[in-house]
Amino acid sequence: MNQSRSLNVILGIYVAMVFAFVFAPIIFSMIFSFNSQRFPTIPLGEFTTEWYAKILADPDVWEAALNSLIVSCSTAVIATFLGFCTAYSDFRYNFRFKGPYLALILLPPTIPLIIMALAMLAWFSKIGMSGQLYSIIIAHSVLTAPFAMAVIRLRLNQMDPDLESAGWNLGGSEWQTMRHVIIPFCKPAIFSALFLTAAVSFDEFAVSWFVSGLNKTLPVIILEIVQGNIDPQVNAIGTFVFLISMTLVVLAQVFFASRQMKSIKP
Amino acid sequence: MSKPLVVFDKVQKHFGNFVAVQELDFEIREGEFLAIMGPSGCGKTTTLRMLAGLEAPTHGEIRLNDRVMNDVAPHERDTPLVWQSLALFPFLTARENVEFGLKMRGVGKAERKERAIKWLDKMGILEFENRDISTLSGGQKQRVALARSLVMEPQILLLDEPLSALDAHLVIRMQAVLTDLQRELGITFVYVTHSQSEAFAMADRVIIMGKGEIAQIGSPKDIYRGPANQFVAEFVGRNNILSGKVASLTEDTARIATSSGDFTVPTNEVRLIEGHTASFVISADLVHISLSDPDDGNKAQCKLISEEFVGSMVTLFLEDAQGHEFKVQMQERELSKFDLKSGAEIWLSWDTASAHVLNET
Repeated sequence: MNQSRSLNVILGIYVAMVFAFVFAPIIFSMIFSFNSQRFPTIPLGEFTTEWYAKILADPDVWEAALNSLIVSCSTAVIATFLGFCTAYSDFRYNFRFKGPYLALILLPPTIPLIIMALAMLAWFSKIGMSGQLYSIIIAHSVLTAPFAMAVIRLRLNQMDPDLESAGWNLGGSEWQTMRHVIIPFCKPAIFSALFLTAAVSFDEFAVSWFVSGLNKTLPVIILEIVQGNIDPQVNAIGTFVFLISMTLVVLAQVFFASRQMKSIKP
Repeated sequence: MSKPLVVFDKVQKHFGNFVAVQELDFEIREGEFLAIMGPSGCGKTTTLRMLAGLEAPTHGEIRLNDRVMNDVAPHERDTPLVWQSLALFPFLTARENVEFGLKMRGVGKAERKERAIKWLDKMGILEFENRDISTLSGGQKQRVALARSLVMEPQILLLDEPLSALDAHLVIRMQAVLTDLQRELGITFVYVTHSQSEAFAMADRVIIMGKGEIAQIGSPKDIYRGPANQFVAEFVGRNNILSGKVASLTEDTARIATSSGDFTVPTNEVRLIEGHTASFVISADLVHISLSDPDDGNKAQCKLISEEFVGSMVTLFLEDAQGHEFKVQMQERELSKFDLKSGAEIWLSWDTASAHVLNET
């Protein structure tokens, strides 16, 4: 009893330290974003929203935010669609070389981003598609589709295969059954995949930086601000980006958890 | 005799090199309750799935109302199936599940609701219409699954071991529900099961399958009293099977010499040849016991090995001097008159007419 209590205390401290280690930089960045001093030093200066005002007054930041919004939304939709299709083909069909097929599909996230980014740039410029907003969307879709597939595949694996047959048996064509059985069953996973891929795309820097040309996304503009002037503007914009991607990830988790909790056995 | 609704014409089903169904030739009559029974892996579920269009026959033809069904897609058939897993849609409520088939067929919202409610009411689960499937009990889910199929008002209903997940007392209740429904609606039921008690309790006719082939088709009583071959006799159980050589033949009886003695059996339609091997069965419930030698007739002296009680019925397991096992089934109150102990010496006897000769296969 006593021993387990002291163990719990130690474990609690350990967990707190892990969280501190992970979140301290972000929290400091947030704090300094409200600090009136130009350089991040302690003791802190006065509370100010000056840096936020500066960021919001910068048209480049607005443009980057709009770009990021377009890219992450489009990527989420395309990647989730692709992920759903591959997950379903894995669930429904057995074919030769299915193993290598799945391995190839899951490959993109394992390639170092910088290599991926260079390859994308080389390829896009070869076919005359570089430097466009859609270049980033294509590259991000390739990058994030495997995440969507993994999430949706997990859900499909929980499905009683008879469910689809039951849809046909009750007069549903293949498409009707897809619409009224498979998709409703996968709905939580589909939402989860949408938010997850949006979050990954929103945060991604390397590929965006290489293929974006003049269409900068938020992570790219952050780097430019850091390179240009050292002041807490970067902390302010960083706080924004962090909050948005955290929201997306949390939403993805909420949908992911909701289906795990719910009894799926008919 | 009513006309055949479904005809299986030399139907075979192969999965790669594995032959799931060897060659099926049978008819399903309009309005009958047909059970297809057999041990697992005998091809009974494959047969049902072929009828629903979920598997395509490798050879042969399946006809429904004289229409060849081989290339008809599952959703274009009117053959709703009650699944072993029930396969209810977990993201829909009970009523939405029942409405599903009507929705697929393009039935309007108001009519859908009305028909679903009618069937939920008929199954006695209307109060759960808006409940999530996961909150229903096993028996309630079972009824939703039945309502979901029956709301389509089909000519034929397919059932794949629908009661296998239920508790024993619920099985008996659902059996009554099913037979009542079938009589009332006049719909043809095709019921696949491995359970003899379910098949025999409900079906008008039973098909016994083994290793992808039909072993016997007949009424429950025909099969119980007159198993066609050793496979059926063993599968139906509670049978004493004896094998030996035909010692002599008269016009309608044969004398068969077995290791447990010589016995007289009626030949029925089975063609027996003197000197050839022959097997016959005596149902365990047609064997009499006595403490003294019954003098003449078919008899065997045995030692009591063990007893098994199922309610008021008792099954005795005995062994003769040659180690051949015999089973006797009787009322417990009958048995109590004898005051038997394990190892007791008993005489078994039976009427010649009780024995049934098997076809050699």
